[in-house]
Amino acid sequence: MIYTIAILAILIAMALVLIRLIKGPTLYDRVLAVNSFGTHTVLLIGVVGFWNGRPDFLDIALLYALINFVGTIAILKFFRYRAIGDVMWSPPQQDEER
Amino acid sequence: MSNLDTLLQILSWTLIISGSFFVVVGAIGMLRFPDFWARLHAASVTESGGVILLLAGMCIQAGLTLITVKLMIIGLFLFITGPTSTHAVANAALVSGLRPKSLATHPNSAEIESEKEIDA
Repeated sequence: MIYTIAILAILIAMALVLIRLIKGPTLYDRVLAVNSFGTHTVLLIGVVGFWNGRPDFLDIALLYALINFVGTIAILKFFRYRAIGDVMWSPPQQDEER
Repeated sequence: MSNLDTLLQILSWTLIISGSFFVVVGAIGMLRFPDFWARLHAASVTESGGVILLLAGMCIQAGLTLITVKLMIIGLFLFITGPTSTHAVANAALVSGLRPKSLATHPNSAEIESEKEIDA
């Protein structure tokens, strides 16, 4: 019974994050929303596993957490260097202040 | 049930409920906060509060079994990658020129462009 409350809460949170994903003005809002959505998916897999008494899906949840992190970093790297693979060292643009 | 079981049951239920509360609050924050930088905080509320409380509640429910070990591994991994990915997003945004809105109205902030459309 308690898991249905947790599942509903996570689903509501996913819907809200999806709205932010669509509305997000800047690219980085969207990347943040995707990352947060991935974490919600990990939690949802865990809670649903406990809900129907077969918590074997936790391996999938762990895998999803790994992939979610790598995906976020890949997106950021692509938009930063216009390439994921061979990135030549590019001099920092002038407008970047540290 | 022995009163230890009921105690554990009550404890895990409160943990799960507070965990889902944090998840929803973080998502609401993601939606309503005015600025990208404020949404960073909201996103990390779910990353830290929601994840740790929910996983702890499930660990108590699962008792000392292999499932608890898996949950601990998931929790450890999310504990490491959550802040890292949030930092990566924040750093990418800062490098690309996005500045917090409050800083923009600061008298001596160099360029007054905070929410401008950055298609990078």
